[in-house]
Amino acid sequence: MFTGDEMAALCTAMGVTHVVSVADSTIGPWHPAIERTDGLRLVRVCREGEAWAVAAGLYLGGATPLVMIQCTGLFESGDALRNILHDWKLPIFSVIGYRSYLNQTTLPGDTCLVFTEPVLDAWRIEYRLITAPAQRDEILAHYMACRDASKPGAALIAEGKA
Amino acid sequence: MRDGAERMEQMDALRALHAARRADDVVITSMGAARDWMVLGAGPLDLPLVPSSMGTAPTIGLGLALAQPARRVIVVNGDGAMLMNLGSLVTITAAAPANLILILADNGVYEVTDAQPTPGSPGARADGTSVDFEAIARACGFRSVFHFRDAERWATDVVRVLDATGPTFVLLDVGSVPGSTGPRSPGPAAARAVELRRQLSAAAKLPGPTHP
Ligand SMILES: Cc1ncc(C[n+]2csc(CCOP(=O)(O)OP(=O)(O)O)c2C)c(N)n1
Repeated sequence: MFTGDEMAALCTAMGVTHVVSVADSTIGPWHPAIERTDGLRLVRVCREGEAWAVAAGLYLGGATPLVMIQCTGLFESGDALRNILHDWKLPIFSVIGYRSYLNQTTLPGDTCLVFTEPVLDAWRIEYRLITAPAQRDEILAHYMACRDASKPGAALIAEGKA
Repeated sequence: MRDGAERMEQMDALRALHAARRADDVVITSMGAARDWMVLGAGPLDLPLVPSSMGTAPTIGLGLALAQPARRVIVVNGDGAMLMNLGSLVTITAAAPANLILILADNGVYEVTDAQPTPGSPGARADGTSVDFEAIARACGFRSVFHFRDAERWATDVVRVLDATGPTFVLLDVGSVPGSTGPRSPGPAAARAVELRRQLSAAAKLPGPTHP
């Protein structure tokens, strides 16, 4: 849907300083462009629950982090996300890859399609579903709105193969 | 944590750290260490992590250390919390901030939930061995690794340890206090977060020392 350069440019437009991420087959190819962009630092974590905590520390230290993970990582993030977004009320924005949304050829019947949106709703994360490249500006607009309201938010980006 | 081995009191260990830390250091504490740190007196840049998500203190410290490279970030974590997020040791050494010091207060138990043995301690392991956190930290690539068993040695060396080039890992063998309780929140978390970010953002604009 997006090239790495487009995602890096989007991060720059958002004012992001650090992208905290675990790769998948959509997000991983964005990493090199993020790494070579001035003013952006890629922080690789071992599991996604850590991403929220790293982002929390960055935010508390005055930086502007973005969490970039697959929806599977959202599922495993629960307690960290609860504490950071809801106890500490840190307005961390995330880009979440929606596995199998565009096709299910690698994982027919992928249960990510069943659980991703209800889980985002359960965690009270306001998200925008992005299914076409033309919606790129919608991500930026949602990010700006969340930033101005000092609340968390997410862009849920439709992915193809797992 | 070796069963029957000499252990220092956690309060003595923290008292030495409290005396050695600089005012511009950030000190993040979790669980029993947060409780004891607040008794000793948390500074305005400190983050007693209450309420917490167990296991996140080291990676919150990593984020702070990356955002604030000109100051030291000291994390005091419990062994139960460390085991819950062992991969964070690899995450930390991948980013390798020179200004991050991770102190593991290893009492072998989940003290604040009534001292059940952790899976890393002899009391809960089929073969009665203990997990070697010092070896784990070395294998993960911490630049400086220290292990202290008694409070006097720790108190003597703490300044040197804090000055070592990080990321630094410090293993402290501490005893647990029977019947001790969990930490209480020192106030509304969201307001404390706003205040900490404000203080750190303001301080970051001042020219300060750059740590190695
Ligand atoms: C995810 C999660 N599982 C279980 C608990 C319950 N719990 C609260 S504190 C604690 C023990 C903490 O042990 P440790 O990190 O070693 O610190 P200590 O109590 O020894 O200071 C446990 C298991 C929890 N808070 N979160």
